[in-house]
Amino acid sequence: MKELKLMKGNEALAEAAIRAGCDGYFGYPITPQSEVLEYLAEHAAKRTGMVVLQAESEVAAINMIYGASGAGKRVMTSSSSPGISLMQEGISYIACAELPCLLVNVVRGGPGLGTIQPSQGDYFQAVKGGGHGDYKLIVLAPSTVQEMVDHVKLGFELAFKWRNPTMILADGALGQMMEKVELFPQQPRITDVPEWATVGKPKNRERNIITSLHMQAEAMEEINNNLQKKYKAIAEEEIRFEMIGCDDADVVLVAFGLVARICTKVVDLAREKGIKVGVFRPITVSPYPYEALNTLANNVKGILTVEMNAGQMVEDVRLAVEGKVPVEFLGRMGGVIPSPEEILHKLEEKFVGVLA
Amino acid sequence: MNEKRMLGEDHYEQVIAEESICTNENLVYEKPETLTDTPMHYCPGCGHGVAHRLIAEAIAELDIQDKTVGVAPVGCSVFAYNYFNIDMTEAAHGRASAVATGIKRVLPDKYVFSYQGDGDLAAIGTGETIHTCNRGENILIVFINNGIYGMTGGQMAPTTLVGMKSTTTPFGREVAVMGNPLRITELIAQLPGVYYCTRVAVNTPANVRRAKKAIVNGFKYQELKKGLSFVEVVSNCPSNWKMTPLESNKWMEENMFPFYPLGDLKVPGKEK
Repeated sequence: MKELKLMKGNEALAEAAIRAGCDGYFGYPITPQSEVLEYLAEHAAKRTGMVVLQAESEVAAINMIYGASGAGKRVMTSSSSPGISLMQEGISYIACAELPCLLVNVVRGGPGLGTIQPSQGDYFQAVKGGGHGDYKLIVLAPSTVQEMVDHVKLGFELAFKWRNPTMILADGALGQMMEKVELFPQQPRITDVPEWATVGKPKNRERNIITSLHMQAEAMEEINNNLQKKYKAIAEEEIRFEMIGCDDADVVLVAFGLVARICTKVVDLAREKGIKVGVFRPITVSPYPYEALNTLANNVKGILTVEMNAGQMVEDVRLAVEGKVPVEFLGRMGGVIPSPEEILHKLEEKFVGVLA
Repeated sequence: MNEKRMLGEDHYEQVIAEESICTNENLVYEKPETLTDTPMHYCPGCGHGVAHRLIAEAIAELDIQDKTVGVAPVGCSVFAYNYFNIDMTEAAHGRASAVATGIKRVLPDKYVFSYQGDGDLAAIGTGETIHTCNRGENILIVFINNGIYGMTGGQMAPTTLVGMKSTTTPFGREVAVMGNPLRITELIAQLPGVYYCTRVAVNTPANVRRAKKAIVNGFKYQELKKGLSFVEVVSNCPSNWKMTPLESNKWMEENMFPFYPLGDLKVPGKEK
């Protein structure tokens, strides 16, 4: 029997964490995602014995994650933009030490203290690194509260499959809005100990060391080569995207997360006016679906990328499209959400020639 | 054969042949299996090696190697995990106690310790240190205080004494510019989450024995789940103090000990 509930995005995500058998959450309050910590504090321990700890800062929280994930446990943290910035050093260490964990960024408008309204201004930070050195996160971009739930389960699976930190890149609106969600059944918590985990060295195995320090340049390059090999394998296996109305589309809107949902409304509005529009929505923004978008570009006359930022993912869209068709951009910043009407207007304005 | 080697008129040293003393019946010390065979990179006369050995001995004697996870800092002891034959995690600068918190919270029945220097624990990691102690995490923090940044080449530490020279206080630490040295252990002892807090040194056999006892206590107290154990080891840095090992120990006794007095700051059952 389906378990359906009306839930706020942040609370649905927290509920999914409990059900995914999460062993520990370490976090620090910040709007617009504090409900995650609040919900877990109220529900988690009594239901599964999950550890929930309010850290003294995001810096401490991510380092608690580093320690606890190194102990082989299924752990996560969540924050919003300024807090995620504070975590970058720790994320770099976790990525280099190849530890699995789930990170959630309920993005708000920046830069600086910015606003508490939704934004996609942390795209670059999430998919291009953010912290120091050459590393990549697996980044999932939910567009519904349902995906806020589903991506928790998927995020933990991917993190452990690849021993790589996985991030859910949401935004303030997804965190705050309420929708109907179907919840998956309670999963058991981890009982087996990964062979690499630091849990105490028995006599019959070598000690486990979790480190990102390798003083010899050649050794450090070897670590880097292995990481790059892993990222390539992830890109071959884990790319996820969605295409809506792309089969006969003349123009395609490329958008992720909440904006992709607004764009599906634009598809309806445009088709009422006889304009054949589709939506291409990357679900994994790292690895990015370059090939699928490149292929799609063969069959359309133009692309409009829409984001809640100054133009970040559009750089990946242009890399993917390789100049085959014009790639235009519409962005709103600082916490402003673009309306379907203004997207349609921009689309008509930019592609008046090709649509004629 | 033992022999006397003349060094000058009425001046000689006794040379003892190795085989005459290295016998089973004379065996007083063995390297515990909780230390690896890796030669330590520490400078001659540095206290880190002794402090490492004491921790390794404590783990071996308590027979908790299979239940112990250590956290190494950034600083001279960044490679501590090369020397301890136990599971270890190498933390970012200052974050060892947060990393230890994460490990202990998900493995509450294991023994967890962090090993941190003065820059790591009392400058960049002050926030983590205070809050880990205040939460009363059931871990042991071993704090090596030698009043200087060793690994980066002798810069001022939060615990550098007034007037003490470092590469960033070339004319001596001046209070008006750099403030006073931080007695963080006295601060920490005030926190209710701290169960045991003591300050030791490893410069003499007697002090080494006291330090060992403190470290053993720090591990054993974790079983009680009554709070954090904090052991400060006042130590030396011959290389960056620009002294011989002997001079550095003398300087430590004359200058560091008056400001960082050895002894217990908080002992279970003896609340001041």
